[in-house]
Parts: sequence; C-alpha cells; structure tokens
Amino acid sequence: MLDSLNSAAPLYDDLIPGGSHWSFIMRRGHVLRLIDETGGANVGMLMYNPENPLERYNMPDTLKNQHTFLLTRGHVLLSDMGRVFASVIRDDLGWHDTVSGTCNAELVEKRWGKKTYQEAHNHYHRNGSTSFLNELAKYGLGKKDLTANLNWFSKVQTDDDGNMAFDANHSHAGATVDLRFEMDTIVVLHTCPHPMNPASEYPSHPVRYQLFKSAPVNDADPCKLSSPEATRAFANTALYHLFQ
Amino acid sequence: MIKQSALKPDNAAFRETVPAGEYFLKVVKAGQTVRILDLEGNQAADTLFYNAHNPSERYSAADTIREQGNVYLTAGSRLMSSENNVMLEITADTCGRHDTLGGACAAESNTTRYALEKKCMHACRDSWLVAVTEHEELGMTKRDITHNINFFMNVPVTADGGLTFADGISDAGKYVELEAKMDVLVMISNCPQLNNPCNGWNPTPIEVLVWS
Repeated sequence: MLDSLNSAAPLYDDLIPGGSHWSFIMRRGHVLRLIDETGGANVGMLMYNPENPLERYNMPDTLKNQHTFLLTRGHVLLSDMGRVFASVIRDDLGWHDTVSGTCNAELVEKRWGKKTYQEAHNHYHRNGSTSFLNELAKYGLGKKDLTANLNWFSKVQTDDDGNMAFDANHSHAGATVDLRFEMDTIVVLHTCPHPMNPASEYPSHPVRYQLFKSAPVNDADPCKLSSPEATRAFANTALYHLFQ
Repeated sequence: MIKQSALKPDNAAFRETVPAGEYFLKVVKAGQTVRILDLEGNQAADTLFYNAHNPSERYSAADTIREQGNVYLTAGSRLMSSENNVMLEITADTCGRHDTLGGACAAESNTTRYALEKKCMHACRDSWLVAVTEHEELGMTKRDITHNINFFMNVPVTADGGLTFADGISDAGKYVELEAKMDVLVMISNCPQLNNPCNGWNPTPIEVLVWS
C-alpha cells in the first residue's frame, strides 16, 4: 500500500507557508500527503461532501466509533452520515488532535500580539477560525458549517482527571501523514498555530502537500478491517457509490 | 465536582417533563437558571445551545474544553460559544461529570456503531431535525446541528489516548444546573438510544426547570 506511493512521483506538489490557508477538492481514489517541512507544524482541517456540503466531518462520530481520543494510522475520518471521507494510511507521529478546535482572532492577539497586513504584509498574524471562514465562503459555506476540526501534527494528552496538555515537541521535520480519500471531499486547510501552542513567538511553519493516485482498496485493507465500525462505514460508503 | 443547588423546585417559573425520545426547545434569558433533572436515572440529555438572537453563534465543544483545559464538564465549567463568548456556567451539579466529546446518536451513526440494520431506529439527531423543521421561525436547519453536551453521560479519556463509554454515573434525582450569561436557545434531545448502557437500555423522562 505504501510502497506503491513511495515509488511514485506525486501528481502535484506544493507548499503552504506558515499561517496561511488553502482549499481544494480531493477525488476518491487519491491520497493527500501532508509533510511537516520544519517540525512544529499544525494543519487545521475540515471536510465536506461537495455534492451535499451538509455532510461534513464529525469529530464525535470519528472518535466514538473507534474508541479513541487520538488519530493515527489505521483510523478512518467519518462524516456525520456514517461514511468515510478518508483513511489514515500512513502516520509517522502516532498522535494527531481533533478535540482542541482552532485559534481565533482574540486568542492570537492575546498570545502573540496583533500584526496587521498594513505593517507586516503576508507575515501578518492570521488565525484558524477566520482562515476556515475565508475558504468556506468559496463553496457558499459559512459560520454554521464551522465544526470541530482536525489538527494534524499536534498532540494534546489528558491526565486521569481530564486535564489537557499540549506537547510542544511532538512533530519533527519530515513527519508525514497520508490520507486516502474514499469519497470526493472538499478539503479546507490552514497552517495557523494550534490554539494551545505555548510558543512565545507566533509559530509559523510551512507544510508541504502532495497528491497521489492511490492503489485500489481491497477487502484486506487495514483501515477497512481496523474495527467492525470502520468496516460498516466502508459499507455505507460503497452504497453511496453504488450508481457511480 | 458535586455541588448542590439552593433553588427550590416549588419556586421555579417553569417546569416541563420531557419524555424519552422527545425534544425540548426553549429560550432561557440571561440571568435565568435552567436545571435538567434525571428523573429515573442513567438518562442522557443531549443538549445544544444557541445565541437566541443569532443561532449561527452556538455552543462549541472544542472551544469549551480547550478554554477550561479539561475534557469533562461539571460545576464551574463555563460553556463557550463558537464566537468565544461565555454562554452559560454550570452552577450546580449532583452528578459530577458530563461528556461533550461523544456527540449524539444518529440513524447513520447507529449503522456504524451497532449494525447496518439499526438505521431506522429513532435517534437524537432525528429529534433535533424535527425540532428545527417544526420551528421554521428560528431559521435553523441541519447545518445548525453540531457538537453537543451529553448531560449525565460518562465518557472517560485515558492518558494513552483511549476513549470508553462507561456505565452511567447518574441516578434518579440527580441534576445539573446552568446560569445563562446571554439569552440562549436550549435544544435538548432526551436520548432514545436503545443500543448502549447510557440509558440502561431503558430511556426515561427528564424534567426541565427554569428559575427567573
């Protein structure tokens, strides 16, 4: 599964600067690879069905179906309609966050100060919430579509009493995550800081993304077999594609 | 944290019993206190909150747990909106812990969690969809159905990243009380879930009380 990707040249290769945002449509049967170029990156991400954007990534369904608080290789990313947007087929880090939300303008200004476009041009301090809304508007979506997001490359752990702690040394340069898309998906990304990042300077880390054609998903696929819940979500997704 | 309330049910300005599987929809004004009472025990009250004047501002599970630095809700928890405002504060709690990570059951999530054949069983998100379509004046649709609080549910998270659904820690007569910090629309699905122990496989009524 991974060898075929590693030996292939990407169909597309691009870099998103730190503190930026971008979006595109992933087609099923393709892989989105995210690479932390420098270490310490964070990628905020949301997903929607382009055919019906009311179907969107659902954090609680993703976590409770797989009895997990973290996301890593073998997990699937579920929509609120019981289907699989994408499968995590490679992960170098073992832990990605989807419970901490995203930074907003107030949080960024409080933690790292205000830096406007007027003074800093493209190095101004963007925040995750506004970045998501900026990209969502391109698809006719807005505040009501802003749901709990993924935070790739970021780790937030809890103790026995539920207290949350951000791991500031989690991701390293070159850390890679591969997401194989099982449905056509609007992918909304930003590279703004994780809202719990304690860094004294506004963390700005570029993220490379690459697109690949994926190998066919067979019945022995580790993500499909990772849990009975995932197997049933794949069955729902296959039904969705019955006429395609 | 267990904290009793000083408020007396006899003095409540509003009381309503919500049968299992039904929805509850009401505006609670800033300064008013709302109590959700687990009448028979082990019931899950799946609850959403909206700014009563602009429902695009709504309860955000992620912002709430991050701002308080803890994944569980109890007395003292401040419930944050998607616009970074405090919507309500939990002022009393005789249960001790409430979940906001597990979301609500849906016809579709019942298929993945339990069996494909469960798709026609009544579920919380169905109750909310009926609530918003029966109240067109609110201008709300499926877009407004987001991540909720599961009052009376216990979903422990482990240090190594596990997540489990434990038996209920609630009991007959336990309650949670919240003081509204803005005018909020409260939308509850009194959970009809028949597939897991959150309701002891027997969904039961709750009562909602409001004090002015």
